Amino acid sequence: MVRLRGVHKTFGTHEVLRGIDLDLPAGSVTVILGPSGSGKSTLLRTINHLEKVDRGTVVVDGQLIGYRQVGDRLYELGERLILRQRADIGFVFQNFNLFPHLTALENVAEAPVATRRLTRAQARERALALLDRVGLADRAGAYPRQLSGGQQQRVAIARALALEPKLILFDEPTSALDPELVGEVLDVLRDLARAGTTMVVVTHEIGFAREAADTVVFLDAGRVVEQGPPGAVLDHPAHERTRAFLSKVLT
Amino acid sequence: MSVVSTPAPPTGATDPPTLTVVPARHPWRWVGSAVALVLAAQFTHGLVTNPGWDWPTFAGYFVERSIVEALLVTLHLTLAGAALGFLGGVVLAPMRLSRSPVLRGFSWTYIWVFRSVPLIVQLLFWANLGYLYDTLQFGVPFGPGFVEVRTIDLVSPFGAALLGLTLHQAAYSAEIVRAGIISVDQGQVEAAAALGIPRLRQFRRIVLPQAMRAILPSAANELINLLKSTSVVYVLAIGEIFYQVQVVYGRNGRVVPLLMVATVWYVVLTALLSVLQFYVERHFARGALRTLPPTPLQRLRAVVGQRLGRTGVAGPSRGGGGPW
Ligand SMILES: Nc1ncnc2c1ncn2[C@@H]1O[C@H](COP(=O)(O)OP(=O)(O)O)[C@@H](O)[C@H]1O
Ligand SMILES: [Mg+2]
Repeated sequence: MVRLRGVHKTFGTHEVLRGIDLDLPAGSVTVILGPSGSGKSTLLRTINHLEKVDRGTVVVDGQLIGYRQVGDRLYELGERLILRQRADIGFVFQNFNLFPHLTALENVAEAPVATRRLTRAQARERALALLDRVGLADRAGAYPRQLSGGQQQRVAIARALALEPKLILFDEPTSALDPELVGEVLDVLRDLARAGTTMVVVTHEIGFAREAADTVVFLDAGRVVEQGPPGAVLDHPAHERTRAFLSKVLT
Repeated sequence: MSVVSTPAPPTGATDPPTLTVVPARHPWRWVGSAVALVLAAQFTHGLVTNPGWDWPTFAGYFVERSIVEALLVTLHLTLAGAALGFLGGVVLAPMRLSRSPVLRGFSWTYIWVFRSVPLIVQLLFWANLGYLYDTLQFGVPFGPGFVEVRTIDLVSPFGAALLGLTLHQAAYSAEIVRAGIISVDQGQVEAAAALGIPRLRQFRRIVLPQAMRAILPSAANELINLLKSTSVVYVLAIGEIFYQVQVVYGRNGRVVPLLMVATVWYVVLTALLSVLQFYVERHFARGALRTLPPTPLQRLRAVVGQRLGRTGVAGPSRGGGGPW
């Protein structure tokens, strides 16, 4: 479903991603762990082309992201085509980034209408169903500022689901939340995982990784240090750096 | 040392109901208010008793036909100039923020030039366009033309005035709109882009409504400024209100009362625009505030309701009801 090959990304002189290779099958849940600044967010953002890669390729569902390949040449795609590719990849931000001037319902219904996939009426109907799915049907008319952090993030997840994406990327979805609100968001993520959604989740919630992930990837200084099933990576890490990181996170 | 939670210490007071609150005194507030009232009374007294104001003449002309017609011209110039100028600003501001150096440069130069040239000079230029270009051609740039019109036919004095005001206003509006755009969190555009929302719709539906919160106070300032700036177009002999009162006092010599006619109309129009500003700002505050402040009418209703012994009308309920 997702295939990364030799992905490099440099900001100025700082090489943030130094050759990432990853294969994520359809329906799998991948948790990305790593210290702050290791490039986790940048990696997620290259998958939906919010960041352009300097070298390497990203393929999602057989589609090269951001480029068109002809022979051995890559032609950069125009903005319209990139936006169309992005519509198939959901993204959930650490700080929600809900549209504050739109109600919860309008937030969720906006993208399907904007991309002309649904009529306004269909979009509202689906938005209501999605809000119901994340347990917020009764808050459809509320503006984001009238919702708690956990509720806002659940609206953001519903918004990402509205386009029926093939893949959803979560960048630390619970890091901005008060501890007692983390659970309600993780519950939604678990539901999605159970329903067979392909997900990539950057998180420090080791419990969630252990329980819901098919693969755990440990990233450090722009490289994949190790990856494998949660039992292996979390309980028997092969690398010293993974061990050092886990000992910090688990205490 | 272990920390043990302790009950709140006793306040040392007896039961709260036995305490009486004595409001603080503000003697200087009373002195200030008295001075202000005396000054206001003096001023009003002067307005009423000084025969130089010539209120009968004022009353005779205030809603006189030619004055009201001129007032409509002023309003027309103001609203059309503001709307077209704002539209220009909405185009110029994203250009100045564009990644293309050509678009950026164009917008920057436009704003530079039109903020530099005094409005009155610019108006005279447009009025004399026919002297520079006898005819105007529409067609392929540098190539053959399809339509040709005489400049004087296309650019009437009113057209020249509106054109000048619009171009002038666009330069200022562009900066105001740009201030609004850069006040919107970058995460908003990112979220919209991640959802695949087309670029133009990102701007129209996500960025601009949020930018409006920052744009509106300055835009209202500009609008009121423009209302008064329309008086400058009298140099083109257009019958707006300032021109019209000059015509009248040129005939009858009653300068002061006729200037008062124009002044009072400007004051009234500014008041109306301020009311409009209140409601427009309130409209764009949706979602930015947890609950919108009540409108003056809602406040009045609440007070009246309480006087009549009803309860629970202190503020608008969330999301329910119109602005009234
Ligand atoms: N747009 C940017 N410009 C410059 N540096 C950036 C940018 N985005 C991220 N970085 C840098 O890249 C590194 C990795 O960032 P990030 O991917 O956000 O790490 P993580 O999410 O793992 O904490 C950090 O050192 C960060 O400062
Ligand atoms: Mg990050």
